[in-house]
Amino acid sequence: MAVIRDVMPAFELVQPSSAVEAQKVLEQHGSDAWVLAGGMDSFDWLKDRIKRPKIVVDLSGIDELKGVRTIADGIEIGAMTTLTELVANETVKQKFGLLAQAAELVASPQIRNQGTIGGNVSQDARCWYYRAGWPCYRAGGNICYADDPDGRNREHAILHADRCVAVNPSDTAPALIALDAKFVMRTPKGERIVDAEDYFIGPEIDITRLHILQPGDLLTAIRIPSSWANAKFYFEKVRDRNVWDFPLLNVASAMVVSGGTIEQIRIAVNGAAARPLRLKAVEDAVRGKAPNAETGLLAGKLAVRGAVPLQFNGYKIPLLRNLVKRAIGGVEEAVWTA
Amino acid sequence: MDRIIQWATDPWGQNVPIHIAWFLIWVAAIGGLLFLMVHATYVRYFAKARQFANDDPADIAPGLPKQIPRHSLGARLFHWIMAASMLTLLFTAFLPKVGIQFDWITYHWIAGAVLTASVIFHVFHASFVLDFWSIWPDKIDLQDAFRRTLRFVGRTVPPPRKFAKYPLENKLYHLAIVAAGLSVIGTGVFMLFRVRTILFPRNPYLFSDMTWGLMYVLHGLAGVGLIGLILVHIYMAVRPEKLAITKSMIVGSMSREFYLEEHDPHRWVVDTSSSPKL
Repeated sequence: MAVIRDVMPAFELVQPSSAVEAQKVLEQHGSDAWVLAGGMDSFDWLKDRIKRPKIVVDLSGIDELKGVRTIADGIEIGAMTTLTELVANETVKQKFGLLAQAAELVASPQIRNQGTIGGNVSQDARCWYYRAGWPCYRAGGNICYADDPDGRNREHAILHADRCVAVNPSDTAPALIALDAKFVMRTPKGERIVDAEDYFIGPEIDITRLHILQPGDLLTAIRIPSSWANAKFYFEKVRDRNVWDFPLLNVASAMVVSGGTIEQIRIAVNGAAARPLRLKAVEDAVRGKAPNAETGLLAGKLAVRGAVPLQFNGYKIPLLRNLVKRAIGGVEEAVWTA
Repeated sequence: MDRIIQWATDPWGQNVPIHIAWFLIWVAAIGGLLFLMVHATYVRYFAKARQFANDDPADIAPGLPKQIPRHSLGARLFHWIMAASMLTLLFTAFLPKVGIQFDWITYHWIAGAVLTASVIFHVFHASFVLDFWSIWPDKIDLQDAFRRTLRFVGRTVPPPRKFAKYPLENKLYHLAIVAAGLSVIGTGVFMLFRVRTILFPRNPYLFSDMTWGLMYVLHGLAGVGLIGLILVHIYMAVRPEKLAITKSMIVGSMSREFYLEEHDPHRWVVDTSSSPKL
């Protein structure tokens, strides 16, 4: 069980100097290998001795995976770029402030100094039953300890739960979805690029993973197209402790307003399901409408359609409704009257 | 045993089984394919012409219809519904385990519910409408199997008699399907309590962790067993000498010639009252 031992089990440490080399090692060792980015997720698993990889591939020595670069159509962020670097980057701040806001709200300054964008979007679920090493669905077992009348499920899913009710804990993921980012992976079959929303998967697809990375795959970069640069952004994160916590829920939206109506919009939430959810129904419903309280009301109602609360997380339904309403209509118009 | 069952420690410190080891999927698939190859090779190169001890049925033939009714419409509908649900269950259960990821569980439990309903129908249909005992091995089947075995090893014994409605192999296969099928259904119905469906209120604590674990193991073992059984069944269905039987599961009848060649009219008495004699 989850006894902190602090002394990690023995493993072979590999420190490649290029992404090609790293991917080859990962491919060679398959599921025996563990990718170590900033270590903010990994060290919990390793010190608790719940995950016991034979090979740990430390990416910290790969310079090509670090930094923010300008490319033909937008920017490319190396997967090993720290969240602090991202927050401080002038291009990100000026053009893609949504991502800067989201990254700045991740955990604490110390964690942002060490944690990377690749690690933040690829981190594992934080459900404590799972993290404690119990044999739940996500750990390969046949039960969810959180989804029962006595389970501690205040932080868990209200949407798209399928046996497992853990949620994705990333703050940057919904921002990247709202910015229509592309995730670049190096796989045994070559380079693969997917839309941000397709990088994440729910338990109905694979109950043991939160993303599509398979053994042998390596996330190398995230590309953000310029199409949403300088749009009207909104990011809000609700957490128990404002100084340092995972999101109970967060919302990210990018909106282009023209002539007083919403011309284009992308909106995503996280903390509601096992994957960050792009709210396409909301996008379709509010396009062409004024970004005001009335539209926000409609958006909020649509966002929670199909939500199923557990014993202790019913509060997430009005919370999600309000966050989406605020993302559309603005904070000043978010008083709930319905 | 530890190698074929995956174990885990539950929150109360108890070591419990959680499911089978998934390599058994490959064991079942490869085992089934090996059987096919060995059987096909044997039939092609080593098998001798079959001999039956039955008398000349010439006296019976004129009274028989040209097409001998074998499977009623209800029986055929059951078979194909069961086949569709069984294949759906196997694909949805095991494709994700071998790396093909998709939203499988909804299809799986719906197919399981269809299979369960169809089997319940079959039990009543077979018990009260069909000839219930025709699918169960009888004394003659066992005597003839013994004779065939002795002849196979070169002993001189009288040839076996022709089959009743179903050859012994069919009957044994049915027995295996009954065992595997009832195991997956019996455990699967309770497993529906572990997921959210429209059928039952979710109750993951219906049983102890140990009981649940054993249930998952039995479900898995019977499931991988069905991989092999279904492979064998499909192979047999497409073998040239069995096509008349397969066709009868589609159209409901087989030719009088095939019937007289393979079956003993005294053991499988055809009801000719409603069939035109040609």
